[in-house]
Amino acid sequence: MNIYDFTGLTQSIHESLSNSLSPTMVTVVEFTIVALIFMTFFTFLGLVLVYAERKVAAFFQLRLGPMRVGFWGTAQTIADAVKLVMKEPLVTKNADKFLFNLAPFIVIISTIMALGAMPFAKGLHALDFDIGILYVAAVSSLGVIGILIAGWSSDNKYSLIGAMRSGAQLVSYELSVGLSLLTIVVLAGSLQFSEIIASQEAGWWIFRGHIPAFIAFVIFMIAGTAETNRGPFDLAEAESELTAGFHTEYSGLKFSFFFLAEFVNMFIIAGIGATVFFGGWMPFHIGDWSGFNRVMDFIPGIFWFFGKVTFIIFMMMWFKWTFPRLRIDQVLTLEWKYLLPINLVNLLLMAFIVLMGWHF
Amino acid sequence: MTLNKPLEDQEYFINMGPQHPSTHGVLRLLLKLEGEIIRKVEPHLGYIHRSIEKMCEKDTYIQIVHLTDRMDYLSSHINNEGVCLAVEQGLEVEIPERVKVIRTIISELTRLSSHQLWWGVMGMDLGAITSFLYGFRDREMINDIFEETCGARLTMNYNVPGGLMFDIHPNFQQRTKDFIKHFKTKLPEYDQLLSNNIIFQQRTKGVGVLTREDAISFGATGPVGRASGFSNDIRKKYPYSAYPQVTFNEALDDVGDCFARYSVRIKEMWESLSILEQLIDNIPAGEFKAKTKAVIKLPKGDFYQRVETARGEFGVYIISDGLKNPYRLKFRSPGFSNLSVIDKISRGAKIADLVAILSTLDLVIPDIDR
Amino acid sequence: MRSIANYINDIFAGLRTLLSGMALTGKYFFHPKEIITQQYPENRATLKMFERFRGEVVLTHNEDNEHRCTGCSACEVACPNGSIEIISKKELIDEKPKKVIDKFVYHLSMCTFCNLCILSCPTDAIIMSQDFEHAVFDRSKLTKVLNKEGSKLMEGVR
Repeated sequence: MNIYDFTGLTQSIHESLSNSLSPTMVTVVEFTIVALIFMTFFTFLGLVLVYAERKVAAFFQLRLGPMRVGFWGTAQTIADAVKLVMKEPLVTKNADKFLFNLAPFIVIISTIMALGAMPFAKGLHALDFDIGILYVAAVSSLGVIGILIAGWSSDNKYSLIGAMRSGAQLVSYELSVGLSLLTIVVLAGSLQFSEIIASQEAGWWIFRGHIPAFIAFVIFMIAGTAETNRGPFDLAEAESELTAGFHTEYSGLKFSFFFLAEFVNMFIIAGIGATVFFGGWMPFHIGDWSGFNRVMDFIPGIFWFFGKVTFIIFMMMWFKWTFPRLRIDQVLTLEWKYLLPINLVNLLLMAFIVLMGWHF
Repeated sequence: MTLNKPLEDQEYFINMGPQHPSTHGVLRLLLKLEGEIIRKVEPHLGYIHRSIEKMCEKDTYIQIVHLTDRMDYLSSHINNEGVCLAVEQGLEVEIPERVKVIRTIISELTRLSSHQLWWGVMGMDLGAITSFLYGFRDREMINDIFEETCGARLTMNYNVPGGLMFDIHPNFQQRTKDFIKHFKTKLPEYDQLLSNNIIFQQRTKGVGVLTREDAISFGATGPVGRASGFSNDIRKKYPYSAYPQVTFNEALDDVGDCFARYSVRIKEMWESLSILEQLIDNIPAGEFKAKTKAVIKLPKGDFYQRVETARGEFGVYIISDGLKNPYRLKFRSPGFSNLSVIDKISRGAKIADLVAILSTLDLVIPDIDR
Repeated sequence: MRSIANYINDIFAGLRTLLSGMALTGKYFFHPKEIITQQYPENRATLKMFERFRGEVVLTHNEDNEHRCTGCSACEVACPNGSIEIISKKELIDEKPKKVIDKFVYHLSMCTFCNLCILSCPTDAIIMSQDFEHAVFDRSKLTKVLNKEGSKLMEGVR
């Protein structure tokens, strides 16, 4: 683990900057560097995820997906992005102009803020608050406001219905996501991401916390797909019912914001899941088997992180392309009558186990 | 019209307009909604009316067959068969056994193909988009059989009054047998993907219940009526072609909700497979067309023939004046009566339920508008 | 207790059906050999249609540029919507004026591919070809004259 520590790199950059500039300028320069890196990463992530979604969907559906633009279709998303940017940004006549233009930005801002807290590798962690999980949960709730504003300001009955449905759904599933994460926080003893990862050095929590952790993971997957308006819970943008739900009236660059934000939200939920349940950038260790652990340590932490995130994203795509959609009242029934009681009982069970010391 | 009455406080109108991803064709539904609950559904038709019945008045009896292909295009062969049987009723000509058996085999293949497309589209409407591709994959084999024998994949025009246009291709029997074997392994997969899925069952059970009395009074035939307990299979009640020789069960259910209509069609697919197995090895040798005059003239009078398409009872009514063109031709389309139940069964349901109801009614709009 | 047992039972039964659906799509994901789509137009070289496929009406010509059409207009009468127009002229053959075909006008834009013209031709002059790529940018290209330049009737057909 010491080989791939990025803290040395970040420290040396910080020192070289402090030697040449005043402390305020150092902070400003560091902010700009981190912001640029995140913006590029965000765009790159969006491109890769859209291409992956199209290919994965195609393989589930017995076809090949994009094949002609670039080698095996890799340049397809760039072509789509160029097309979207060149479209005319329409604003409907009676729409509330200020709110109409504001909505995509709120969604993007909340996504990037949550992206900043992802632990990519040891030392490559931009925002390491000691209330890390609480921060991420709070910031991803801001996205709901963006969706509601988009639906309201479009002056379109379809959009309004879509936005109301989505608002109800997102607010309810926040609860389940938070409670399932709390189950692991009880095990780990801290809300800070780096502490949670460090406590998984002897093995990932999903294996060490056996039954309650596994139940918490299943609930987290279900609630996580609902949080991002994906998979069987995508009634807010159900094309076969309401054409496109809350983003019907958006075109061009503003639509691409909504579109990208959905995919990067998926990455964020997968990232949190990978960190809390599967150990983030921590390699696969088994207890005291130091030989095995040292072999596992040769693979850099950043590969472990992206591998786990890929696995969880693949599961979310698998859900979307297999199951039919749920109706809005079924979505809410699922949350309030099934997920919430199970979550509470699970949390109690986990607290009892920690008290008795019955975890690995 | 509906728009002139004063609205209740929370109600508003939405157009599930002529262009919509899930009304299969150009159908305009005017919905009066209160929040998410439907209070009234008003279908507006006529967007694809092409005056087929009027066009038939200037065509000869051989030429009217190809227009019926384009009405209910998913059961095109069965429509053709209906018209040819009506004309043959008037000619009082003896149809060779070989023709009857081949017509029945191709009708059952058409019914299977229509149900496969319906299944795919049903999954797609409810959100499971992969089922669309799986349904079409199985349908490709049937399309290949048709293309090899009849020359076209969808609008086949293979029947003429008196028999068939030309004899079947030598590969026909082998291809059909291969298809039966292949599809028997795929049909359980349909259950695995949709029928047993708990989300699908929750979306369709208890939704859009049609009682037996309503089905009879609206004239809802086909799987829609059979799911409510209204036994109306024309193949059993008024058998035609080779149906008297085969044994099969009529797929009935008595609940009348969307899930019942769904399972009736899946059962029908199994029954069609069993009919095909009974017939495919026993095609009698003989002529493929009875001798008719070059210019067909029906005697004066009227003739009615009913056939069972994938959607229900399709009726052909010909009034003839003794000339070589019909005086008047009327088609009883199954979709028209099936669509008329939509207001009764969707009151109190939600918009998402309306989508499920529309897909289980299995409407083909060109059939309704002719 | 009974209702709690039912509750938990419902949950497990539901989960089982969901997992079995996922198993089906997962099976197709990991078997790329089951892919059914073809990469058209890259596969034009190996694409072969069935011989009875109804693509387009053509007038057959042999190597000496001779066809079998006598201009009898049986196909024009048989066509339900007037896609065929036979323009004939009188020509002197063996000192007697006989009707021969001048132009066989075929409106591809109106044809419904019903095959009735092929059935009604007494000399087997026309067949359905398997060409299905009819898209054009200029609508006048869809009205074709089927008999080629300088072609004449084959011997012994009349």
